[in-house]
Amino acid sequence: MSNPTKPLLTARYGIAESWKIANAERAGAYQVAKRALTSIEPAKLKDEVKNANIRGRGGAGFPAGVKWGFLNPGPNDQVYLVINADESEPGTFKDRSIMDLDPHRLIEGAIISCYAIGSHVAYIYVRGELASSVTRLEDAIADARKAGYLGARPFGVDHEIEIHVHTGAGAYICGEETALLNSLEGRRGEPRLKPPFPAVKGVFGMPTIVNNVETIAVVPDVIDMGGDAWSALSRLPADGGVRLYGVSGHVRNPGLFEAPVGITMRELIYDYAGGMLAGRPLKAVIPGGSSTPVLDPRRLVDAPGEDQPLHAWHGKSEIDVPMGVDTYRALGTMLGTCCAIVMDDTVNMVEACRNLMRFYKHESCGQCTPCREGTGWLVDVLNNLCAGRGKPEDVDLLVDISNNMMGNTICAFADGTAMPLLGFVQKFRDEFIDAAHNGLPSDVRHDHSVRREVEKVA
Amino acid sequence: MAFALTPEGEREVDELLTRYPERRASLLPVLWLCQRQNGWISSEVVDYVSQRLDLSTATVRGVVTFYTMFFEEPVGENVVWVCRTLSCDLRGGKAIQDHLENKLGCTAGHTSSDGKFTLLKAECLAACGQAPMVQINDRYYENLDVEILDRIIEAHVTRGAEAAADEFSTHATFGAPSKAPISTAPPPPSPEAVRLASQPPPAPEPVGDES
Repeated sequence: MSNPTKPLLTARYGIAESWKIANAERAGAYQVAKRALTSIEPAKLKDEVKNANIRGRGGAGFPAGVKWGFLNPGPNDQVYLVINADESEPGTFKDRSIMDLDPHRLIEGAIISCYAIGSHVAYIYVRGELASSVTRLEDAIADARKAGYLGARPFGVDHEIEIHVHTGAGAYICGEETALLNSLEGRRGEPRLKPPFPAVKGVFGMPTIVNNVETIAVVPDVIDMGGDAWSALSRLPADGGVRLYGVSGHVRNPGLFEAPVGITMRELIYDYAGGMLAGRPLKAVIPGGSSTPVLDPRRLVDAPGEDQPLHAWHGKSEIDVPMGVDTYRALGTMLGTCCAIVMDDTVNMVEACRNLMRFYKHESCGQCTPCREGTGWLVDVLNNLCAGRGKPEDVDLLVDISNNMMGNTICAFADGTAMPLLGFVQKFRDEFIDAAHNGLPSDVRHDHSVRREVEKVA
Repeated sequence: MAFALTPEGEREVDELLTRYPERRASLLPVLWLCQRQNGWISSEVVDYVSQRLDLSTATVRGVVTFYTMFFEEPVGENVVWVCRTLSCDLRGGKAIQDHLENKLGCTAGHTSSDGKFTLLKAECLAACGQAPMVQINDRYYENLDVEILDRIIEAHVTRGAEAAADEFSTHATFGAPSKAPISTAPPPPSPEAVRLASQPPPAPEPVGDES
């Protein structure tokens, strides 16, 4: 069961008008930034972030402290901090809450981070749809500047810091860090070849650190508690702290929760999100955004060898493995953004897969042929299966297309499309074969559990 | 007719140019300013922006066509985006789209005959925990059912977009939102769960089995 911990990231969410600077400051905002800038050396701040074992909260899980360590600017280089608020991964809705309910935590984290990495300018790249979050952030930045926390001498310290909000215009791919940099430079949001990595050559050709909103928002807590203490809030090694968990789909209480790293999916669904809607059986759960392969609660962990990373959970259900970057990788999926999509037994997996593949077809930037064409072919084949025009060989064709997409493109988008498809086919193959023989019922849809309520039918 | 920003818009462009070391980086924000004034990105807007930022029209058009939120043709007075990605679809996204198509008299991708609404399908709008939802113009409307959706649309027609947004639009929320569309059995007690943006304790009416 969960260890109850004092809310940290969400501590100010419940305050009336928590986004206003006076209210946030009454609850402690900017105290850590003041202390950091006036009394702590940047190198020490970087060490604390490294010790905190923050695995990047944008989905890839790369250690933030290690990423910061890649910086090695030349004497004439301007270092940039870019905060990725292009939250668009289907199922993910956590960063918006930080921008809407506690923008000053993000700004405080950005101030400390800029000081630590020697940056004078931070850009927050917010997806274009979140116009109301942009307004809250811009108001908060203006208030922080008025209070003397930004500008030429933040907290009276001779280290200029400016933060600008940059609004996207509708493109999932701009969440990929180099696509985001191109978009920030006023270009089409097409990912760049790597290397060079952004820490060497990022925005405007300068060394750049790109971090997710939540990654930057935990920095004040990390500095306040000390990296080791913050890391120890987690239940797992080398994957520190607390994080935001989201749950959407067929649960009683969809929403956001703060919890230590390393709770299980079962805890998240049944303890935090109130269990399944109307007590239905859990059929499948996509653990951390649509690019993470689906989990099937009927499947058991097979790790009989004592040297296998998941040996401690051998014979248990997939949903009983602690949610961590490394444990989930060992499970053959990814932790991603830690925002789960929960599906009950009324959902047809072929139709669910088609829904997500339609997303990827729409969002492929079109730069690389395997991705541009492959995403379209996957949708075409799935459309055939669903319409009863399919053949059993089409199921293997889906696998074949996916295998030819993975690893053959500039960015990870193609892998992020192929991996979940392979997960669906591997774990629910009988449903795909059944669709190949019979098509799907004409009334197949995802919302049987709630439809009468949404449509207000007696 | 040539397009030009208002004097106030011009001042905003001057301010935007100070934010970046390269002129080109203000392209997206300047396009946003133009679309807010003009409603869409016409050829005249592209000409204006390319001159203002010293870019070729091909460069500007290449950027405009990449991003879904820049309109390449005129749209209705209000633009309704219905999220149809998986999390919303699990909670009734299709029912919301069907209802809007009936109510507005046009299918997704089209504008109602009175010009009041353009209806578009959207991919994930990052509000999955408050599904189903729509975006109307630049605001979110979440935890929808058809009754509240009707009231939101009526408000746009009778009182205008701003008044409708003031009454119905949503931010990320803490604690109880305005309503819970899905009635279910009460959840088991879970004292250790820190519950955030979500629904109030649900009413004790189990949803029937429709499978």
